[in-house]
Formats: sequence, structure tokens, C-alpha cells
Amino acid sequence: MKIRTFKRHLREGVKNIFRNGWMTVASIGSVTVTLLLVAAFLVIILNLNHMAEKVEEDVIVKVLIDVAASDEDIKTLGHNIKKINQIESVVFSSKDEELDNLIKGMGKEGKSWELFEQDNPLNHAYIIKAKEPQDTAVIAEKIRGFDHVHKVNYGKEVVSQLFEFNKNARIVGIILIVGLVFTAIFLISNTIKLTIMARSTEIGIMKLVGATNGFIRWPFFIEGMLLGMIGSIIPIGVLLAGYYYIVEKLVISVQIPFFELLSFYPFAWQISLVILLIGALIGVWGSIMSVRRFLKV
Amino acid sequence: MIKMENVFKRYQNGVTALNGVSIHIEKGEFVYIVGPSGAGKSTFIKLIYREVKPTTGLVEINGVNTSELKEREVPFFRRRIGVVFQDFKLLPKLTVYENIAFALEVIEESPRNIRKRVMEVLELVDLKSKARFLPNELSGGEQQRVSIARAIVNRPDIVIADEPTGNLDPDTSWDIMSVFEDINERGTTIIMATHSKEIVNKMKKRVIAIESGMIVRDESRGEYGYEN
Ligand SMILES: Nc1ncnc2c1ncn2[C@@H]1O[C@H](COP(=O)(O)OP(=O)(O)O)[C@@H](O)[C@H]1O
Ligand SMILES: [Mg+2]
Repeated sequence: MKIRTFKRHLREGVKNIFRNGWMTVASIGSVTVTLLLVAAFLVIILNLNHMAEKVEEDVIVKVLIDVAASDEDIKTLGHNIKKINQIESVVFSSKDEELDNLIKGMGKEGKSWELFEQDNPLNHAYIIKAKEPQDTAVIAEKIRGFDHVHKVNYGKEVVSQLFEFNKNARIVGIILIVGLVFTAIFLISNTIKLTIMARSTEIGIMKLVGATNGFIRWPFFIEGMLLGMIGSIIPIGVLLAGYYYIVEKLVISVQIPFFELLSFYPFAWQISLVILLIGALIGVWGSIMSVRRFLKV
Repeated sequence: MIKMENVFKRYQNGVTALNGVSIHIEKGEFVYIVGPSGAGKSTFIKLIYREVKPTTGLVEINGVNTSELKEREVPFFRRRIGVVFQDFKLLPKLTVYENIAFALEVIEESPRNIRKRVMEVLELVDLKSKARFLPNELSGGEQQRVSIARAIVNRPDIVIADEPTGNLDPDTSWDIMSVFEDINERGTTIIMATHSKEIVNKMKKRVIAIESGMIVRDESRGEYGYEN
């Protein structure tokens, strides 16, 4: 296509958008609502996936040892643990090492924990890896019965809860989004139908003087695409601002195990791009539908 | 140039508009199509620019069998045919100049050629001075001249007109006819359906009379033959 021709289609497409008043507003609005939901859905699902994977990766059992236990007690406990069949490895981690890890794991925020180096409140720990991840629960149960065990932590429960929630969220989200996507497509195709009606004389003349079908259709595709892309502006804004706030302000202040979000960059930008593309796609789809039905070229 | 052989046209609703039409029209001819309302004149015209396809029979325009023409080839086929209607079909928001240029823009002519060609046809239909006027600022005759200019701006081989003077008073009609005659003298084939007895009888050309979908008369320099 010649650049001149493309410019013409773009100009006509933009003109069409301003032609239809409230129908334009309605279709952009419905794309906006749809994409807001798609954005929220994607952010939640992808983060849950991310967390679940993270947890799954290291399904370790961490045995916190009683502060009152002597070195001898600790050794005995270690021997007992090693006797459990399902265990692949057992590593001792002193409370100083634990603190180091904690400080490292928290990045900048970890600085404040350095105060505790003189008076470390943490426990010594055994870190255990199971041969098979699904045995972690059994292992944890056995160790709970041993002496000098303060606490046994493991990620399995979190993982399964996470996966369960993830599955439900996915089903509800997809049903909702599919419904909204079709509403948006319907509204866009109706808006474009109005444009086609309003321009029927013009289209008739174009056909008469030998304009190709592609030439006649292009402005309507562009109109649809623009409607969809304009509809994605607010969702992208909300996504970028909202996710920035959640990641940089909110999550830092709450400490939940395994609760680790995908970092703002590049995740939020990738999702923004996806939202823009979905918007454009909804628009083009809507225009294809009405062009096919109402523009017999 | 235009060849029809045993053409039948039956519409979806069962009406048979053309009932075995065979005709030859050579390049450069000027032909009137006459006949009562509902005889099939418009259908005959529509067959030529492939607005409709024959139900059976052959329609060959510029060597192209319109029944075999693929959808995507139709636009290029139409570029060699200019069409003029009774109701002008001008775009009300575009100026005279823009209305004519529109026909070239949508077939992606270069801006330079567009300017050149539009000025030429404006000269030909004698509307140069009104290039910036909107259609509703023109008389009916002037509007029809704009629509003729649009039909010929792409230098088609054939111009077809369906009752082009149907909405115009007699004096204005003569203006329009002289434009058609000019175009014809430059070698363009003209086919014109008309109800105007005066025109057909004064400006003598080939006359094809259609009644009930059949050609009942075909005379060079013929008469109108009806009492209007
Ligand atoms: N698109 C159409 N669908 C159905 N019938 C049509 C259509 N166009 C024309 N006809 C019918 O075909 C016959 C011929 O019409 P037409 O070619 O318009 O005649 P004319 O132009 O001589 O008045 C008429 O009976 C008319 O009602
Ligand atoms: Mg007619």
C-alpha cells in the first residue's frame, strides 16, 4: 500500500470515530471495562503462577531448632533426621547464616536487620530436601515428633492452596472476560455499522468508479482498531500506576512467606503491550464482523 | 466492444427483466435505449457495468465475459466504464473539484495526475469557474455536468447513462446532451437510456427499443417511437 493511501485510510478512520457520538463512547467504554478486567486477571494469574513455581522449585523442609538445645542435642537430632528414608539431603544452617540469608533476601530493606547481628533472635536450623516433593508433608510430620524441634516449616500447603486459588480465579476470570470481550466486539461492530450506513452513498460511488474492496474496507478496520486502542488507554494507565504502587509501596511493607511479585519492569510493560494488542484485536474483530455483514463489496 | 448474446435476466423475486437479448455495439457508437417503464432498460445498463450478471447468456464488455469476472477483478473492470445517473450521486460535503477528484483518489492516482485530469474535465464540462462550489450551490444541470465529469475523468472507453436528463428541464437537457456529444466525438462509446422524445428525435443516433425485456427495434438514426 502506498503511504499516501495509508494516510488517507487513517484520516477517514479517524473521521469515522468522530461521526458516531455516543455509540463511539459506548464501544470505547466497553473495551475499557473489558481490558481493565483482563489486566487485573493477567496480573493476578501470572503472579500466582510465578509464586507457585518459586515455591515448587524449592520444596524444602526447614526445621527450626529449640534455642535451649545443646550442641549434643542438635547432633542427635541431625542423626535422627538422616535416618528418614525419603530424605535426600540435610544441611545444618546456624542462626548467623540464617540471619545473613534473611538480610540478603530482603535487599535494601534488609539493612535494618543488621542491628540484630549482636543479638540474633533466630534459631539454628536444619534444611532438608526430600527425594520427591510430594513426600515433604510426611517428612515434616515425622520430624515434628522429634525432641528439640521448635517448629517445622514447609511450602507444600501454600503451593496447593495457591494452585487451587489459581485454578478458580482462572475459570471465573475467563468466563467474565469472554463475556465482556463479546460485548465489546458487538458494540464496536454496531458502531461501525452506523458508519457504514452513514457513508453508504460514498461507498456506492467508490464501487462505481472502481475502488478495490480492500480500499473501501480499510478505513473501517482502522476505525475499529482505533476504538479498541483508545479503549486500552485507561486500563494501561491504571495497570502501570496500580502495579507500581503495589510492588513498590505496598508489598515491601507486608512480609508474607512466598509472597513475591513479578518486578514492575518489564512485567507491567509487557502486560500493557498485551492489553493494547487485545484492544486492537477486539476492535479489528468487531470491524471485520460488521464489514462482512453490512459492506457487500 | 459490447456484445450480448441471448441474455436472460431473472431477479431473485422471479421477475424476468430481460428476455433473450442479443446486441452488438461498436467502439465510438452513440446509442439510445428507449422503451416504457419497467421494460428492462436499467437492467440492460446494469449488465454493462457488471452491477448485475446475466442469469443465462453471454455479456462481453471490452472482451471480458462479465459472468467469468472474479469479484476482485470487478473494480479494475469498472475503471474502464463511466456511469451517470438521473440523481447525480454527488457527495454533498465535497466541492465540485473534490467530487471529481474523489473518483481518482479512490483508485490511487497520483496527486499530480489528479490535478491535471480534474482541471481538464472541468474545462470540458465548462465548470472551471465553479470548482470550489458545493453541489447544493449548483443548478440541476450543473450538478449533472459534475457527475459526467466524474464519470469521464478516468478516460473510460464506455460511458453509460441511465436517464441523465430525467430530472432536468429541456434547455438544461440540451446542455447535457452537447457534453455527451463532445465526449462521443473524442471516441468514447455512449449508451444512454432515456425517455426524452425531443432529444432522440432531434439528435439522431442509433436507437434500441426494449419492451418487456426484448429488443423490439434497433435502428441507426432512429426515432423515439413512443408518445411519452
Ligand atoms: N433489483 C431488482 N430486483 C427485482 N426486480 C427488479 C430489480 N430491478 C428491476 N426489477 C424489475 O425488473 C423489471 C425491469 O426493470 P428495469 O430494468 O428497472 O426497467 P426500466 O429501467 O426500463 O424501467 C421491472 O419489472 C422491475 O420491477
Ligand atoms: Mg430505469
